[in-house]
Amino acid sequence: MDLKATFISGRTVDQGCNLENKTSKAYFDAAGYCEMNSADAGKLCVEPGNNVKVTTDFGSVVVPLKICEGNPDGLIFIPMGPWANAVVDPNTCGCGMPGFKGIPAVVTPTGETAPTMQQLMARLK
Amino acid sequence: MIIKDVLCPFCGCLCDDLAVKVENNKVVDIMHACKIGESKIRGHDRIKAPMMRDNKNSEFREVSYDEAINESARILANSRRPLLYGWASGLCEMMKKGVLLTEEVGGIIDNTASVCHGPSALGVHEKGLPTGTLGQFANRADVVVFWGCNPVHAHPRHMGRYSVFNKGFFTNKGRRSRKVVVFDVRKTDTANLADEYVQVNPGEDYMVLSALRAIVAGRVDVVPDTVGGISREKLVEVAETLKGAKFGIVYFGMGLTQSRGKYKNIDNAVSLVTELNAHGKHSIIPMRGHYNVTGFGNVCAWETGFVNAVDMSRGYPYYNPGETCSNDLLMREEIDAAFIIAGDAGAHFPAQSIARMGKVPVINIDPFHSATTEMANIVIPTKVSGVELEGTAYRMDGVSLRMRKLVDVDFPSDEEVLDKIIAKVREIKGASS
Ligand code: SF4
Repeated sequence: MDLKATFISGRTVDQGCNLENKTSKAYFDAAGYCEMNSADAGKLCVEPGNNVKVTTDFGSVVVPLKICEGNPDGLIFIPMGPWANAVVDPNTCGCGMPGFKGIPAVVTPTGETAPTMQQLMARLK
Repeated sequence: MIIKDVLCPFCGCLCDDLAVKVENNKVVDIMHACKIGESKIRGHDRIKAPMMRDNKNSEFREVSYDEAINESARILANSRRPLLYGWASGLCEMMKKGVLLTEEVGGIIDNTASVCHGPSALGVHEKGLPTGTLGQFANRADVVVFWGCNPVHAHPRHMGRYSVFNKGFFTNKGRRSRKVVVFDVRKTDTANLADEYVQVNPGEDYMVLSALRAIVAGRVDVVPDTVGGISREKLVEVAETLKGAKFGIVYFGMGLTQSRGKYKNIDNAVSLVTELNAHGKHSIIPMRGHYNVTGFGNVCAWETGFVNAVDMSRGYPYYNPGETCSNDLLMREEIDAAFIIAGDAGAHFPAQSIARMGKVPVINIDPFHSATTEMANIVIPTKVSGVELEGTAYRMDGVSLRMRKLVDVDFPSDEEVLDKIIAKVREIKGASS
């Protein structure tokens, strides 16, 4: 029961509104989720709001699911921020820019809880 | 009191038509801004005082500005390879001091373009940039392309002020004066407003650009049946739309700079636009994110000759993105101190890079508690530029504008803090030489 997907990150209005409010629940709500279309969510048997685990070669992160029908099959989106950063590719291919988009990922349903920004950062120090 | 013609210190649109009502030195109403601009000007919980801690996992203790500044200077003066990163949410005046501090400590200065439009700079080095100002595009462009960018979310007033819905001199029917084409890997809210949505397979933009170039050059015969998930017929149709423009403009974003090909995508997009100029007038412009990230590129270029990722360790500016960009330096574990100001590396670098920051002293200059604050040893709160401090910023098209001050606060400015750190670094270095 897992979904092979391509991961991208990007901006959203709500993520922008909370850029200077990062310790808040509002920032978690704005940047800590994973979007996919309902057909993909159906394959995973998960409902919006259920947590999913996104895993790439570079790490994994647990976030709640949201539905976005604009995503084609197999494309998942996490807003730019600490949750997306847990799974992006640090390799810059020699041009300074890490890989924030187009990363092969696997999504699985999970009973684990989603970390806060502070909990994510605590793992890194 | 209502302050008119206020500039918004959030995104590269740098909207300059806001009106802000201020009563008793407090912002009470904000007119004309988008939701993000309003949120930025209204403000959030501040860091109240400078703070320090030795161990990143322990609690911060409040200290005086002098203590935090002196300790920051000591760390920077004694470090062999400090990274000075961020800058894009500050004013040009503080950026100039940032370059000076980097020179004093023999460090590397890099800005948020590193994880944003850094590859665009490389593409421009390769091919140049046929561009113009947002005013020109607003008044003239009849074919508008958004490639790998989503202004509805990232630059919410862009389509209303400059590109799609506004009425211009030669585009006096507003939306009806323009054909809007969106290239993206998913149907975004911007794509929903387009006349034409072209869905590209993730990481295949370069090929789509090449196919369009071939068609524009009259070589449709070399184009396969589908390219990047798009049929040849559709590509021919889009190429005709582009060729038919009196004035075409391509706005591009992270969909090109961050996906496979990175700077080569920009190189190819610029080539397409250059070649389209055989048919009409065409321009291209990056959708810059932070309100003054363009300012940093300008300040850094006139101070050092380069737009970002400048290494001063040799005593003269050295620039080699891929070697001197923040994430390369962090992943190679070269950095022995990080100075993060007016940008949040902690929230916008890959976790593995941030983990490297976790091993070295981190100094964070920011009005707000950011993800970098979580990794910091020293935190110094400053004024919010463009709300509490006036100064110069550059709009995404390189037009410089004067940001206004709306309210007075007791916090020092970034520039004041940088001046004090520079003075202290000179004192320490002078004493040891
Ligand atoms: S579009 Fe950008 S500059 Fe204009 S109000 Fe919104 S955030 Fe501010």
